[in-house]
Amino acid sequence: MIFFQYFVNGLILGGLYACIAAGFSLVWGVLSIINLLHGSLIVAGFYIAYFSYTLLGIHPFLSVVTSAVPLGGLSYIVQYGIINRVVAGSVLVTLILTFGLELMANNAMLISFSADYKKIILTHPLGVIHFGTLFIPLDRAASTLIAFFLILSLWLILRLTSMGRAIVAIRFDRQAALLMGIDVDKTYATTFALGGALAGAAGSLLSVSFPVAPLSGPLFLSKAFVICVLGGVGSISGAAIGGLAFGLLESFGAVLFGSEYALTLAFVVLIALLLARPHGLLGVKGF
Amino acid sequence: MTRTRLLLYIVFAAILVTLPLLGNNYVLRLATTASMYAVLTMAWNVVGGFAGYPLFGIAAFFGLGAYSSAIAQSSGYPITVAWLIAVVTGTTFAVFLGHILLRLRGHSFAIATLVIAEVLRELTNGWTTLTGGGMGLNLLAFPWSPTALAIFFFYAMFGLAVATFAITCVVARNRIGFALNCIRQNEDAANIVGIDTTRYKIVAFTLSGSFASAAGAIYASWTGYIEPTDVYDVLFSVKPIIMALLGGMGTVVGPVVGAIAFLALDEFVWRNFLLLHTGVLGFLIVVLILFLPSGLTSLRFDRLWHGAASS
Repeated sequence: MIFFQYFVNGLILGGLYACIAAGFSLVWGVLSIINLLHGSLIVAGFYIAYFSYTLLGIHPFLSVVTSAVPLGGLSYIVQYGIINRVVAGSVLVTLILTFGLELMANNAMLISFSADYKKIILTHPLGVIHFGTLFIPLDRAASTLIAFFLILSLWLILRLTSMGRAIVAIRFDRQAALLMGIDVDKTYATTFALGGALAGAAGSLLSVSFPVAPLSGPLFLSKAFVICVLGGVGSISGAAIGGLAFGLLESFGAVLFGSEYALTLAFVVLIALLLARPHGLLGVKGF
Repeated sequence: MTRTRLLLYIVFAAILVTLPLLGNNYVLRLATTASMYAVLTMAWNVVGGFAGYPLFGIAAFFGLGAYSSAIAQSSGYPITVAWLIAVVTGTTFAVFLGHILLRLRGHSFAIATLVIAEVLRELTNGWTTLTGGGMGLNLLAFPWSPTALAIFFFYAMFGLAVATFAITCVVARNRIGFALNCIRQNEDAANIVGIDTTRYKIVAFTLSGSFASAAGAIYASWTGYIEPTDVYDVLFSVKPIIMALLGGMGTVVGPVVGAIAFLALDEFVWRNFLLLHTGVLGFLIVVLILFLPSGLTSLRFDRLWHGAASS
């Protein structure tokens, strides 16, 4: 059945999308800023994986760690040094600020890596398995599994570590958290770092599936918008489910309307959801 | 408005009106661009500055205006009729969109307006029979000399800027301006004291849409060639915000000052760092947000002047 094939394709795509959106959603929920830099961090993660593979032969799945750590660190510095100064400002100020940072990051990558699309072509791909007429590309399926593992780790960090509890506490009530002795500036920076690390990891994961250019950031970003609103802003499980839903939407939408309208369809859904269900499809609040 | 200020505006406008006498097409092109930026910034300012709603969708109206006028022109309408059609289309769309989007606030409003331009761009890309899709639309060139064209489009754009400025002045000194000011400060409170916030927000949004679509219409005829990625560029949504921030948000003169200052910076950066252009623009944004959040007009030059005079 071709239907199942689209369904499986959608789910496999959806795992990656969930990973793209999880960090973005966390930052939006806790810091209440829309981080336009997120797309550039994903692209930067891609390039780390790409050069690790082409120059050193490191498998992209291993690069997940080597791109998450430096990009997480960089995000920490950016948040602590720059964004924290205006984090309490209006939507406009924080959005424009991250837009400025995004322009700088994209320009830097454009000069360093040229405007071409690049994609990792594995010399030893895992291949495809068949279930009757249904087939599953194993490399993509593996990257989706790793993506879910990362999202689960983030969820556990927020649940089990004291740093994670501090992040959640700030999300619920910033003033009260401050009064309980939580260092809000540092926790903000940590949250932003987690978001950046996840973006970097997502960039490495999608290097085996998608061709990427320095200016691909906004495309990933716009998908993250939709997923975030689908699942509910700031919710990790919401991002996971929203990612899957978005993957299915894109997979079936391409069949029904043609793939050139995939983005339009997604955005129409986004606006409809913002108007009808501003807390997301699930209505999940918190974590 | 004090008398000296009014005099200053008139002198400034008079200088601009006589600009074509210089006979320099480069200066004229710059002045036309400055006027266009000023219109877009004033358009943004009505919603973003006066009402304090984070509007990220000027590009949507700009692009819609550009395409409506281009399509009307290529189906044989004279240029002024094409511009009128574009403004009517833009205004109608703004009324329609305002009813839907102005129920949102904060982040949701910002994202929804950001996304509208993307949707329009994709639709324009897809509707090849009408819009030419990704190939863009070519407009018939006028059988005029380049200088005559430059002068014509300068006066068109400058006239639009003056009209927009006049309307903004009227809005700011009227009931609408007062209502929008209240909405910015506290929308719920404004509602409670009996201001019909929805109506005023829609009026502001519509004004914004008609200004931006008029600018887009003239832009399309001016450049003679438009394509979706150009006129629906997200930078057309963001630059007006930067210019408004640079000049001072929510003021009447701020957008004009900001547009001119921004264009000067932009032109300087283009000339000297072609490859780093967007990066330097980004850097300027960051510096602006961190160190000059209330804009250039908040700097007290008069104080500087008095200080120098007394010493």
